[in-house]
Amino acid sequence: MTLSSAAYGLLGALPATDNPSADFSDTPWWVALIKALVIFVYLLISTLLVIWFERRIIGRMQQRPGPNRNGPFGLLQTLADGAKLMLKEDITPAKADKIIYLLAPLIAGTMAFVSFAIIPFGGEVWMFGHRTPLQLTDVPVAVLLVLAVASVGVYGIILAGWSSGSTYPLLGGLRSTAQVISYEIAMGLSLVAIFLFSGSMSTSQIVAAQSSLWYILPAFFSFAVYVITMVGETNRLPFDLAEGEGELTGGFHTEYSSMRFAMFFLGEYINMFTVAALATTMFLGGWQAPPFIAAINNGMFNHGWWGILWFTIKMWIFIFGFVWLRGSLPRTRYDQFMRFGWKFLIPITLAWVVAVAFIRGAQLGFLGEGTVTVGPLGFNTSTLVIVAVVAVIALAVAWVWDGRREARLAAEQVSPPEEIDPFAGGHPVPPLPGQRLREPSVALTAGGSSGESVVSGGTVTAVKEEDHG
Amino acid sequence: MTIRDIVFVVVGVITALSGLLAVSTRHVVHAALWLLVCLGSLAGCYIVLGQELVGIVQLLVYVGAIVVLVLFALMLTRAPIGPQPDVDAPAWQRLAATLLGAATTVLLALTALPVVGREQVDLDTPVVSTQQIASGIFGTWVWPFELLSVLLLVALVGAFAVSRTVLRRRSRS
Repeated sequence: MTLSSAAYGLLGALPATDNPSADFSDTPWWVALIKALVIFVYLLISTLLVIWFERRIIGRMQQRPGPNRNGPFGLLQTLADGAKLMLKEDITPAKADKIIYLLAPLIAGTMAFVSFAIIPFGGEVWMFGHRTPLQLTDVPVAVLLVLAVASVGVYGIILAGWSSGSTYPLLGGLRSTAQVISYEIAMGLSLVAIFLFSGSMSTSQIVAAQSSLWYILPAFFSFAVYVITMVGETNRLPFDLAEGEGELTGGFHTEYSSMRFAMFFLGEYINMFTVAALATTMFLGGWQAPPFIAAINNGMFNHGWWGILWFTIKMWIFIFGFVWLRGSLPRTRYDQFMRFGWKFLIPITLAWVVAVAFIRGAQLGFLGEGTVTVGPLGFNTSTLVIVAVVAVIALAVAWVWDGRREARLAAEQVSPPEEIDPFAGGHPVPPLPGQRLREPSVALTAGGSSGESVVSGGTVTAVKEEDHG
Repeated sequence: MTIRDIVFVVVGVITALSGLLAVSTRHVVHAALWLLVCLGSLAGCYIVLGQELVGIVQLLVYVGAIVVLVLFALMLTRAPIGPQPDVDAPAWQRLAATLLGAATTVLLALTALPVVGREQVDLDTPVVSTQQIASGIFGTWVWPFELLSVLLLVALVGAFAVSRTVLRRRSRS
């Protein structure tokens, strides 16, 4: 808390306006078109790379080489897989709703690309004689656009599940939709704290507002919630319940093959990039250079085209996180996952947003203007009071919760009975560690059939005869 | 006629037609999907008129949440592929619905057109910003806004209570 309260003191004035800080006045339409094309190619190449990256990293984690035959280090493996997918037979089930079955992968594939239109890749650069920001476009409500596009992308999944005319895809589609729409709420709420800090929903303005301090520090809790929800939102392990192979064969895309399946695959990976890029923009300062590099030579690395490098590095840190999670965690159970989302994440994020609103209100001087000076830094008194109150409440809640949890654990810690009758429930049950099997009785059932006790090597085992009548 | 006018007319026609199809189709899920197209193109109308915030919130709330929930409820209960003759309404209901719809349209046109019909707005320099909408909602119109929230909350609690009583009755019998 001391770190974040220092951060609150440093974060000073409210940005004057919520409008984008990027200036698109010198961007003719053909430059915008070139930028759109470059973003498209950037995403496609990133997808090719990330599939290879994921398989290699998981291979390392599982102590096997991973794909290493096609091209140097197996880099062309994804390309080969893509060519294979394209050459496969395209199957449409007889009971499918043909048009929607065709439409669903298109929605899933295209909607994934749209969000990148508002992600800032860098500052202003000279491009063909025009001064233009490295960003396709920006609107005052850019972040809401990402959320809206993500929620339209859900239709790809739900319609694919329904239009296949088959049970497993329908179940997978329903699961996936429930998952995405419930985690979207927590995601939106966690981003509200960023809107409060930056005073804007425009991505370029949010990046500009982080020039002195990245929001991962003051909004650390939002960051944690966002990282959890972004895994839930992209249907990745440990939250890939929509396509749990053991339960639902392939989930919503069970019936899909060939290029249509490839569209879902592409959409899923681009969605990973979208949420990672949004996390970079909202919490890690976007395209701005890391703190110490930014100071080199009067901000030499903090301008123009360098932004793309920092942005890509930060985005790939999140991608590595995704792969790491997939390599190390098992799938959660569906009811646990939903309970976590609705009963824990959403209420606690709401409380956090209220706390941030108070802190910001105090910072902006709505609750009095008195300041306390500690050395060179001046702190707003009401901000300190609010931060202290929030910290005390958080600690108290954590203490009470911990106490309750311990009490519950203690209540659960009833040691199992020393002896167990393995057939008590009608079917054989193995004993828990430390439990003894009950000595079998000689006569087990009435009606003439008798159990036979066999003494071998000092242990007594019962051979129970089933009365098949 | 500027390009903006043409786009607005096209999007408006799509909205109206998809709304019509939503109530006239016999495929249950397709009805929900036409509703989706209708609400989505309405968001397009707002964006053409320069109100990005309203358009995107429309997309987020109606397309992203409400129609998804409609589809969800359909698929949890019964969402067959193909036309459903048993969802057909009888002729008198269709007639009544047409009449009511037409009457509502006339009423809205009669009240809205005289009030804002002559108003001229320059869309190239938008005058209403996000901050103005915010201060409108949380300043001038804060009481209606809060009342609406209470209404939604009451509806939520009511739905919960109804489902609980039905469940309890069923478990008792």
